Amino acid sequence: MDRLFELGSEFWVAAYETFYMVALTLLVGGAIGLVLGVLLYSTRPGSLLPNRAVFNVLNVVINFFRPIPFIIFLAAVQPFARYVIGIGIGNDAMIFSLSIAASFAISRIVEQNLITVSPGTIEAARAMGAGPVRILRTVVIPEALGPLILGYTFIVVAIVDMTAMAGFIGGGGLGNFALVYGYRQFEPAITWAALLVIVVFVQGLQFFGNWLARKVLRR
Amino acid sequence: MALVALKNVTKTYPAPEKGGREVVAVDDVTLDIEPGDVYGIIGYSGAGKSTLVRLVNALEPASSGSIEFDGRELTGLPERELRKIRLGIGMIFQQFNLFSSKTVAGNIAYPLKVAGWSKAEIAPRVAELLEFVGLSDKAKSYPEQLSGGQKQRVGIARALATSPRLLLADEATSALDPETTQEVLELLKRVNREFGVTIVVITHEMDVIQSIATKVAVMDGGRVIENGDVFDVFSTPKNSSSQRFVATVVKGLPSPAELAVLRERHEGRIVTISFRDGDASQAQVFLELARAGLDFELVYGGINDIQGRAFGHLTLAIRGEDAATDAALASIAARVEVTEAA
Repeated sequence: MDRLFELGSEFWVAAYETFYMVALTLLVGGAIGLVLGVLLYSTRPGSLLPNRAVFNVLNVVINFFRPIPFIIFLAAVQPFARYVIGIGIGNDAMIFSLSIAASFAISRIVEQNLITVSPGTIEAARAMGAGPVRILRTVVIPEALGPLILGYTFIVVAIVDMTAMAGFIGGGGLGNFALVYGYRQFEPAITWAALLVIVVFVQGLQFFGNWLARKVLRR
Repeated sequence: MALVALKNVTKTYPAPEKGGREVVAVDDVTLDIEPGDVYGIIGYSGAGKSTLVRLVNALEPASSGSIEFDGRELTGLPERELRKIRLGIGMIFQQFNLFSSKTVAGNIAYPLKVAGWSKAEIAPRVAELLEFVGLSDKAKSYPEQLSGGQKQRVGIARALATSPRLLLADEATSALDPETTQEVLELLKRVNREFGVTIVVITHEMDVIQSIATKVAVMDGGRVIENGDVFDVFSTPKNSSSQRFVATVVKGLPSPAELAVLRERHEGRIVTISFRDGDASQAQVFLELARAGLDFELVYGGINDIQGRAFGHLTLAIRGEDAATDAALASIAARVEVTEAA
């Protein structure tokens, strides 16, 4: 316990780093994932902008990356991180890798939620003379907004999990803190403290996500 | 000139399984819909009527044939042009297909936004449409807060927003209870009468046709097997499939089973006399029978009113000498249709 107080400021820095990585990954990965998910949805056969070539390429690429265990993915992407942002370790390098992995996961979640939009609603918009891009923007995404928010909430929690792994290969944050100061120095209290903050953080996110989805769904 | 002119229109879909036969949803249909018509298209599910209506606003491209809307050939037009044409054709659906993420007002405003109206123009138009369908107090409600009938009224307001000349109603009342169905049909009648909107009504319910259509086409297996004025098709359906539809709503024609019961219960010859508006009146027929000294009894029957014109069938049990009966029936048959049960 005393050790935890000694490390007080570093602990809060680590907590901030976790928050920072999650927020930026959500922003970058969330945006790319949304674009990829909308492309997957709209280019599939029979959809708004059917394009077999684009759909198949996206589908195969995403299926290729999705099953790679994240901790190995981090190591594999490291050279690219060094090339793209100039450094292979540290929080920014981790955000690069996290964002790529998150984009692929988010694209599937977006695709799955968009598919649930009733084809009749889309047909109604088509019958009113709306074009495919307008329909995606003003019908498909708004109609799926509630489940999309829940999907994003789910993925944020997964990203928190991923940041902890990033701590293992050169990232900062609470995951790294728990490993370095808790696990390796035989201080379970420190590991537990880090864990507690992560749990509180995740709970907060989940409550917020649920609240937002309820507001959008009006129930 | 016809508002919608279909000539030899066929729509086929690729075979559902490899090596299977392609599906012919619409088979060589030729149909003219005149401005002001309420044109009913009736058929069992799978008869191709929903596909047919989607060819009219080009939601589906035809496989062959010609489709003209307002004098303009639709087949072969690029999607961008078709979208402009769809602005002039409203459509309502069985499941209403309202946008659940938008308010009632937002739903009605949507086609206006697509048409490029400004916010200042949209607001009064939406208010006007809400007033027309009697839902002014529901502008800020969401679709899930409305009853089925109210949802369909929003659907109608939305479909009419851009003042289309043609309204396509795809089983628009099939999800509603009978009372609400009548309300919605009344509203459609007003749309036709007050705004002169031509309406195509797809349905499998003959009473929908009976209450609003002026013309009807009966579809079966992708083909239009009979079409014409509602009164003609109802009073003298030529095709067996049309006869079955007509029998679901037209009162007065006994089925073979009912005829057997009638024969058991009544003495004499069982004769059905079919009246059509403009034919001899019932009074004349009864007078004829009485003059021949025949004893007759009314055992089955009904008179129907279609668009203000009446027709019906009366089944009589006639007792008397055979020769006198034959003579009287022959004289009646010159003026109205007489069918004697064998």
